[in-house]
Amino acid sequence: MKSFLSILTVVAALIAFWYAACVPMNIHEAAIQAQRAGVDVTPAEAPERRKTGRISLALQNTGLWSTVFTQERPQLPAPHQVAQEFWKTTWGMIERGRAFSKRSLILHGWITLSATLLGFAFGTALGIVLAVSIVHSRAMDMSVMPWIIASQTVPILAIAPMIVVVLAALSVDDIVAKGVISMYLSFFPVVVGMVKGLRSPDAMQMDQMKTWNATRTETLWKLRLPSSAPYLFASLKVGVAASLIGAVVAELSLSSNGGLGARLLAGSYYGQTVQIWSALFAAAALAAVLVWAIGVAQKITLKRMGFAQ
Amino acid sequence: MMAWVFGSLVFWLAAWALNARLSRLSATWVRFFVPTLFGVTVIVVWEGMVRGFGVNPVLLPAPSAIAATFVGEIPTLWGDLVQTFFKGALSGYVIGCTAGVLTAIAVDRSPFLQRGLLPVGNFVAALPIVGMAPILVMWFGFGWQSKAAVVVVMVFFPMLVNAVEGLQASESMQRDLMRTYAATPGQGLRKLRLPAAMPFIFNGLKICTTLALIGAIVAEFFGSPIKGMGFRISTEVGRLALDMVWAEIVVAAIVGSAFYGAVALAERVVTFWHPSQRG
Repeated sequence: MKSFLSILTVVAALIAFWYAACVPMNIHEAAIQAQRAGVDVTPAEAPERRKTGRISLALQNTGLWSTVFTQERPQLPAPHQVAQEFWKTTWGMIERGRAFSKRSLILHGWITLSATLLGFAFGTALGIVLAVSIVHSRAMDMSVMPWIIASQTVPILAIAPMIVVVLAALSVDDIVAKGVISMYLSFFPVVVGMVKGLRSPDAMQMDQMKTWNATRTETLWKLRLPSSAPYLFASLKVGVAASLIGAVVAELSLSSNGGLGARLLAGSYYGQTVQIWSALFAAAALAAVLVWAIGVAQKITLKRMGFAQ
Repeated sequence: MMAWVFGSLVFWLAAWALNARLSRLSATWVRFFVPTLFGVTVIVVWEGMVRGFGVNPVLLPAPSAIAATFVGEIPTLWGDLVQTFFKGALSGYVIGCTAGVLTAIAVDRSPFLQRGLLPVGNFVAALPIVGMAPILVMWFGFGWQSKAAVVVVMVFFPMLVNAVEGLQASESMQRDLMRTYAATPGQGLRKLRLPAAMPFIFNGLKICTTLALIGAIVAEFFGSPIKGMGFRISTEVGRLALDMVWAEIVVAAIVGSAFYGAVALAERVVTFWHPSQRG
């Protein structure tokens, strides 16, 4: 309860800061519009105003502060503008029975989500397979593991446009192309976590399996895999967030079919800042829901498996 | 042509057999030789397959072609590197990481704020912050400043979370000892809590090296002057000159690894006392 209050304070402080930042960010545009409407603005000349800094202009025109939160294309939209747009393009679309129209964030969110989940599933599978083979083969461990770690110091997202174009040339479906990038980003946390998890049974437990004359396969199924579950879930949380980032960035290069990344790009082309921010919040909400869902699955599974909570 | 395919396959099998045998030894040189041989194998098989099957260079250029482009285009690559890494990524990294640590120190005296900041910071660190790039490019223009701004936003929260956690890392016994010495809060911070936080801070710094490069490159997809690694990648992909794209990726890989290595080296020097550095 106490920490809930602290979180609330921090979030409130962030929102207050956001509102405050709207004033200097949008004041130039507000001054132009006010002058057109015949309101007195200091300094009155446009060139001179352009030279004036944001903050000093804001201080000279305190009367304009109320107009900075209602602009059509603000430099920085106010939180409630973003919330309205978000609401209009999600629930508002459902109410009008057009949940999957081109303007609906539900449609774009669904496109991104499907690519994310596809890449996440394949990334997790690849990660587990790699981890199992690394744990069982010393040669794999020594030759592949350093490269897997090194691969993460490479800015993999930079390759996204190329992978997308190459896969498109091979006439692969768009969703697969995005999924490949998501997969690349999400397999790493799974490999690292699973290698740790598969090696987590202690020597006593391994000896016990040996006493029972268990084969390596039996040891894997009955001891190693079950005891790696907590590690797996921890890495799945990291992996799914990375996977979503991969899908969004892939959509920057594959924007013709929609998706949250495509909304970002379209918004930046046409200066629709409110649209950019609401797409950004949709992506954030999606990430939060995905991580939360895995958290719930983690709690239930680990409880059933008898891990101490 | 088939000779290339068979040749590379034979090389692969031979290298794998050698690695399987070597991995049973435990000499130090084996630890470096085995992964190196694996890397060489990948390149040889890649070259062999591309030549053997006559893969279209628009899809996948051969390593030799990439190397030739790399050597031939060094001035361009260097210009892109300066623009993206030294101007954009590095300045943003320094500003963002410093801001993160300073914020952590600022809220250090208030457990109330810390309790709120940790979950919020952890949440924000998991968000696709790189999506902020179009907004920041709109604000700060096409130059390197906007790339630095993207990097600042990307590295701030991971750094903040790690620094806040690190400042809580000293044990209560140690803090009590400082109190016994009548140390002021400032002294306690300088002599105990900051040094104790260093492993966490370096963990954050290492995570942020990759984020910084990603942020700077992806931000260039939204607009940049006519140089920079992200700009080059997106335009050369459009021209289907994939060998140049791969050359940029090689540069990114080298710089990324070197950056990470430099931070890891600094960590070794600063946190020499930590158990993870003594083994």
